[in-house]
This record gives sequence, C-alpha cells and structure tokens, in this order.
Amino acid sequence: MVFWERLPGEMTMKLHYEVPGNDFTRAGEASGELKLKLKRLGFSSDVIRRMTIAMYEGEINMAIHAGGGVADVEILPDRITVVLTDNGPGIPDIEQAMKEGWSTAPDNIRSLGFGAGMGLPNIKKYTDMLDIKSVVGEGTSLTMTVLAG
Amino acid sequence: MDRFFHSVTLNKELCVGCTNCIKRCPTQAIRVRGGKAQIISERCIDCGECVRVCPHHAKKARHDSLDMLNNYEYNIALPAPTLYGQFNRLDDIDFVLNGLKSLGFDDVFEVSRAAEIVSDATRQLLSDGKLKMPVISSACPAVVRLIRVRFPDLCDRVLPMASPMEIAARLSREEALKKTGLPSEKIGVFFISPCAAKVTDVRVPIGIEKSNVDGVLSISDIYPRLVGCMNKLEQVEPIAHTGIIGVGWSSIGGEAAGLLNENHLAADGIGNVIKVLEELEDEKLQELDFIELNACAGGCVGGIFTAENGYVARARIQRLRKYLPVSCNRLDDAGGLNRLQWTRPLEFAPVMTLADKVEDAMRLMGEIDDIAKGLPKLDCGSCGAPTCRALAEDIVRGLARDTDCVFLMRRQIQDIASQLSQLEGSVPSGDMAEPDLSRRGGKPE
Repeated sequence: MVFWERLPGEMTMKLHYEVPGNDFTRAGEASGELKLKLKRLGFSSDVIRRMTIAMYEGEINMAIHAGGGVADVEILPDRITVVLTDNGPGIPDIEQAMKEGWSTAPDNIRSLGFGAGMGLPNIKKYTDMLDIKSVVGEGTSLTMTVLAG
Repeated sequence: MDRFFHSVTLNKELCVGCTNCIKRCPTQAIRVRGGKAQIISERCIDCGECVRVCPHHAKKARHDSLDMLNNYEYNIALPAPTLYGQFNRLDDIDFVLNGLKSLGFDDVFEVSRAAEIVSDATRQLLSDGKLKMPVISSACPAVVRLIRVRFPDLCDRVLPMASPMEIAARLSREEALKKTGLPSEKIGVFFISPCAAKVTDVRVPIGIEKSNVDGVLSISDIYPRLVGCMNKLEQVEPIAHTGIIGVGWSSIGGEAAGLLNENHLAADGIGNVIKVLEELEDEKLQELDFIELNACAGGCVGGIFTAENGYVARARIQRLRKYLPVSCNRLDDAGGLNRLQWTRPLEFAPVMTLADKVEDAMRLMGEIDDIAKGLPKLDCGSCGAPTCRALAEDIVRGLARDTDCVFLMRRQIQDIASQLSQLEGSVPSGDMAEPDLSRRGGKPE
C-alpha cells in the first residue's frame, strides 16, 4: 500500500509503505517501487542502487524476523531517508547482528536463499548513515540515509 | 544519420486508434492522440511488440528491398541462422545458401559463422576476468536499447562486442575487396533479417562508428522468391561452414550454450527480459557469469520479419544442426579480439527522467501525483495513454487534458447534470414559476 504526501511549500516527498510479513514474494515490492520513482526523479544511478538495495535488505529482514512492518521514505533533492519500523522481537545484540554471516533466520527461510547474515552488514555498507534502535520484545526501527548530489 | 530513426513506424490510414499497442509497449512510448497512435521517438527501442500486436496491421517495420542490389556491382547476402528454420523438410543448409545466390547475390556469408567467432571471443573475455560480471549479451539490439533507456547501472555490463551481423559484414566485405578488386562502395552487403531492430541497428549503430551493412532485407519479404529459387536449383555447391554453436544462436539459450560454461541464464520475451534486468540492477544474480536476453519470445526465430512460427522454426533448426560439427570458426579467423570490440561505450540515455534537475522532477512528480489521485486507476487506455499515471504525466506536461479520461468526463457530465437539475429546482417559486396562462389576457383585477 502506498500513500503519498507532499508538504506544501517544501521540496520534500514522503512515501509510506506497508511491508507484508507473511508473503516473501511481495517483500521487496516497496524498494522496487521506490527505485522506479527515484529513476524518474533523475537521481544518480549510484544513489538509487545503494538506497534500494539497503531498503530491500531491510524489507526482507522485517518479513523474516518481525512479521512485517512499515517503511517511511523521505525524499529530498540532496538525500533520501528510509525508516523501517516493526513490532517484532527486537535485536538483543546489535553489534553481533552487524557481523557478516551472523543470522538467526530459521532453516525454512534459509532454504529460500535468505538468511545469509548479510542483511544488516549490507545496509551499513550501502548507506551513508544508519541508526538502529531496538527494544527486545517491542520492535526495531532502522533509519538509513543515502546522500545525493 | 537521424538519431531518432526507427524501423518501427505507423501507417496512419490503417490505425483505428485502439489501445492494443499502447498497452503492450515496454517503454510506454506510444500514445493515441486524435484517434491515431503516435510513437514517442526517443523512447522507442524497436522491439516490434506493437507491430506484433496490432490487429489492423497499422504498425509496420521498415526494411530495404531486393531492388537495392542494383545499386552495387557485387552483392553479398548475410543470412541470419533463423532463415534456415523457415523451410519445411530442409536437410541441408547449402540449399538455402545456393538459393540466395540464384536470387541475385554474388556471395553468401553465414552470420552464424561470425556468431561462432563471437562465442569464442566471449569465452576468452570471460576467462580473462576483465569484464564486470555477470556480463549481459549485446546480441539483441532491442535489449541493448532497452538497457540504454531504462537501466543506467547495467550499461557497463553489456558485452562490448560487435554483433555477429557486423562481424560477418566486415569479414565478407574484406574478402570481396580482395577477390574483386572493386572499391568498397561498389560492394553491397545485405543482412537477411528476422528482426526489425536490426534495421535501426544498421542505420544508427551502438558501440561502433558506422555499420558495414548496406541494407537489411526481411526474411518474410524475400521468402516466396527464395523458395522459388531453391526449388529450381540444379546443383548445390558446398558453401556452409558453421557448426551447432553458430546455428544455435537463432533461438534463446543458443548464445549462452556457446560459452560451454553452465553458469548462465537465458531469458526471452521483453517482459521476462525486464524482470531479469531489474534483478540484476538490484545486484542479485551475482553468481552468474553470463546473461543472454532476447526481446522476442523464443529468441531470433520469434522475430517479426520471420515467415514461420518461431517454435516451429526452432524445432527445424534443432533437427538441421544435429549432424553438424560443434563449431567451425574461431576468433583467429577474425584477426583477434580488438577487431571485434566496441569502439564506443554504451551510454545511458535518460529519456524516462522527468526533468534534468531533481528539484524540478520532484515538483513535476508531485503534480503528477495530485492528478493521478483523481484518476480511476483502471489503466484502461481509453484516454490514449497506457496507464492512469501516464495520463497524469501527459496532463502535467500539457500534452493531454483530464477530460481525456472517459470516467472523469462522465463524472463531470453527471456533475453538470445534477447542477442543472438543482438549478431547475431552485427557480424562484410563485407566479414566475409556472406562468398562469389563464390569467393572461383575462379579466383585469
């Protein structure tokens, strides 16, 4: 689901997506849509690639671990910020989770080709700013920014 | 040369303004305006989908005619391997090649020979490891043009190598120069094509300065005369010099199979091609070495210039190549790798971008969104644009009006009608409402 909001007088665009938790074939839809929009807006291909890959990884994480969530995107001419928020189990040890290859994904998820433990490390790698807030039992919020221009 | 030359064109007289082509175009390059289709030139990739789908045959792809042979003293035919699949019960490629000679060509050079050279060169380039992997085939001109307008990030993954057609043209021209002593302009080189995009590719090439091909003839156009010539052949000289790999390029998977490396993917049909390119763009499929993409279903055998159903042609070619050697041509036959490589990089053409500056594009997108919200989201195409969003964009650009949408139009008419009936109900009551005619001219009060 996509909602659009354009703030009057400001050069800001906001998008809101619901990321489904039970349907892997649809996880990644939001980042796919964002990609098309960023292309039409004429952002550089490097910015588009980094933002959409980072967001895709986050979407997949929410689908695997948190039963889905929401994505809020803010587009400005000089930066794009994506906030992914879920009400999942939270991340007990963020430092551990940032390590390449560390994954708590169950076997059935791994058999689909996910759960390689590269999600968060990739998000870190592709974004210019990353902030993770997580409370065990309450949920996780990822704020990722890619600078443009 | 006209930068916006396209093989695909419209016959206005036949176009009835239906929505078949606008819905099918992969780059949303067609609009119906004033009851006729229009092609947005810079977006068209010559894939031929509209030609295929038009029930009124209003979409046509231009090609050259056999009369052009009269312009040259020595003519060479370059048959695409797809040609071999057009004939029932053919068991020897040489019948086709000799048929071409009796049709008026002085020499024949199979494009499949050059395809084997490209296969060999690609194997070498892949093993050198200097290319960005996975490498995307550059053999399908519609796919290369699609990448150029829609996938900026993938431009540097396209195999920077001239097509088998170009290499065949160059090699055969060089042979003819030596053999005849004629100047190059007296030698005519003609590609016998299943593909409309090749016509564009010859006129406005990508990756090379100028094409060595002088004309592109459509298989379906020359087919009846060629069959006539083949039936009258008295003797058949051996010309064919291709193996399984070269002939296999005619259908999807053939080029990839020629790499003798199982680490590849092959996708056909423009919709499937786009899906694969999207995945590649998202850095998936990294484990593969090579991606073969053909805009037409089935590969070149599914091209719009063919005379026979692509799947039938594929089956015939499969049978025909059964007793051929694996390959008969090598990279050395073309004088080495650097003679095959592109001299110009593939550069992204941002024709889908809303504006040059991000700020302007954002403002436009905001306006488009505002208008799109009021549209029915049925994407019916009745307005002449392929989707409601495309109409919204056209409105913002001043190319269409909101009343082009039949649903908005109906709503407006309903609004006007209800305003009218409201107005009627609000006419002042009293004597003015219904003039009492009986009083007119009646007794004075």
